[in-house]
Amino acid sequence: MAEILTEDKNKVHVENMNFYYGAVQALFDINMDIAEKKVTAFIGPSGCGKSTFLRTLNRMNDIIDGTRIEGKVLIDGSDIYGPMTDVVGLRKKVGMIFQKSNPFPKSIYDNIAYGPRLHGVKDKNKLMEIVESCLVKSALWDEVKDRLDKSAMGLSGGQQQRLCIARALAINPEVVLMDEPASALDPKSTLKIEDLVNELKKDYTIIIVTHNMQQAGRVSDYTAFFYEGHLVEFGATGQIFTKPNQKQTEDYITGRFG
Amino acid sequence: MNKQRLKAKIIKYFLQSCGSLSIIIVLLIFLFLFKEAFPFIGSPGIGELFHNIWNPVSFQKEEFGLVPLITGSILVTLLATIIAIPFGIIGAVYISEVATAKEREFLKPFIEILAGIPSVVLGFFGLVVIAPLIKQLFDLNTGLTALTGAVLLAFMAIPTIMSISEDAIKSVPSAYKEASLALGASKLETIWKVVVPAALSGIVASVMLGMGRVVGETMTVMMVTGNAPVISMNPFSSVRTMTATIAAEMGEVTIGSHHYMALFWVGIVLMLMTFILNLISYRVLKKYGMIDK
Repeated sequence: MAEILTEDKNKVHVENMNFYYGAVQALFDINMDIAEKKVTAFIGPSGCGKSTFLRTLNRMNDIIDGTRIEGKVLIDGSDIYGPMTDVVGLRKKVGMIFQKSNPFPKSIYDNIAYGPRLHGVKDKNKLMEIVESCLVKSALWDEVKDRLDKSAMGLSGGQQQRLCIARALAINPEVVLMDEPASALDPKSTLKIEDLVNELKKDYTIIIVTHNMQQAGRVSDYTAFFYEGHLVEFGATGQIFTKPNQKQTEDYITGRFG
Repeated sequence: MNKQRLKAKIIKYFLQSCGSLSIIIVLLIFLFLFKEAFPFIGSPGIGELFHNIWNPVSFQKEEFGLVPLITGSILVTLLATIIAIPFGIIGAVYISEVATAKEREFLKPFIEILAGIPSVVLGFFGLVVIAPLIKQLFDLNTGLTALTGAVLLAFMAIPTIMSISEDAIKSVPSAYKEASLALGASKLETIWKVVVPAALSGIVASVMLGMGRVVGETMTVMMVTGNAPVISMNPFSSVRTMTATIAAEMGEVTIGSHHYMALFWVGIVLMLMTFILNLISYRVLKKYGMIDK
């Protein structure tokens, strides 16, 4: 599999990963290289482990009691599960967008300024600059520029999700993880998010979990198909969708199950 | 068929009257308070109540000014609230966000026990332990001060604040916490910057309810605050609260006298105060959807 990625620089390298929720094994011997400044999509039926795998990449599974991981995850060559790893630094570098938009019950401005403030930005002008540039990047600026001090809870679902993207960008991550970011949105908002993903991959390495195969086909450069905790097939999106090597992948993509 | 319908109707009315009982009781209490207190308006006149001296038994001049009693109650209540807030809220944060399941199971019964200690018993504890301690600590003539009462009342307010704040903190969606952690916040930063602000309405309501409890508390304050009806905002002076005044004087008063009526006015003021505090906390809780509309 690795040979198809040679022209791209690797950002994330996963080696022999096993993952357990208590006694239940959720991921089996995953090996994968994820390319820098590309969009990599994870597809597969519910419960196949794609979200769990995504959450291992910024150690969000740490907050669930009783989880355990084996193997290696390297980002830019350093092991994020190593004893010296600073989880705060890791999460600053690897941002995350969740399935359900989850803005804080604060103003639009404060939502985006939250991250930079945490990491020591105090200057008001600098914060305003960050807020504006992130809202522009997430294509929300024109819609909210007159009401930055209003509660984020008053935004529509699609706007909230784009706000969450702006919030994640505000700490200047290198990798952005998206866990089914459009699954709760209407088609129009979904399209906006997809356009955004296309735009963002110029600057960020994007990994997106989706159960919508058309979406994976539209937005991603590489696609990984997970089934029952195994990485069944991983390759260029065009190849996976037109001539998959595995029977299981073909069956899933053609809608025979899942 | 008809008989059964009648039966259903009777049961329904029975349940309905049980349900409305609390409303009826509250109304009756208000009614009788006013009935007893009302003649005071004619003689010696309602203006008497606004005087600064409470001296209801005197051969020269009886004084029925409620001001020292009200300030006494306010002083003790505010002090108790100030003491109880940090312990109550931090305790709630600890129990809901930091403690392991085992620690939680161990702690919660103790909070309930603290809530259930009879106030007289707490008063004993105050007389024997807290009052001498405060006397010594601040080098006072007497340990029977507003502060002593406030410390003990804080013990009574803490369980209320803690358990309601804990509910409020627990009801903060975990999605907020995840978002904050994913932005690189530590657990503590997440608690103080996201979880507590999101639970603030419930926390405010818990403090209001705690205050309501403290304002109405009688036995403990009567035992340890020294019962001097003076106007003072000094925590180290002896004060007398409205509740203690009623409890101490009601037994010896001539029914129908001015003094008797004045005590009923004290009761009315007290009831209004707790009513307002409860109303505010109810409004806050309702506004933020913590109780059903």
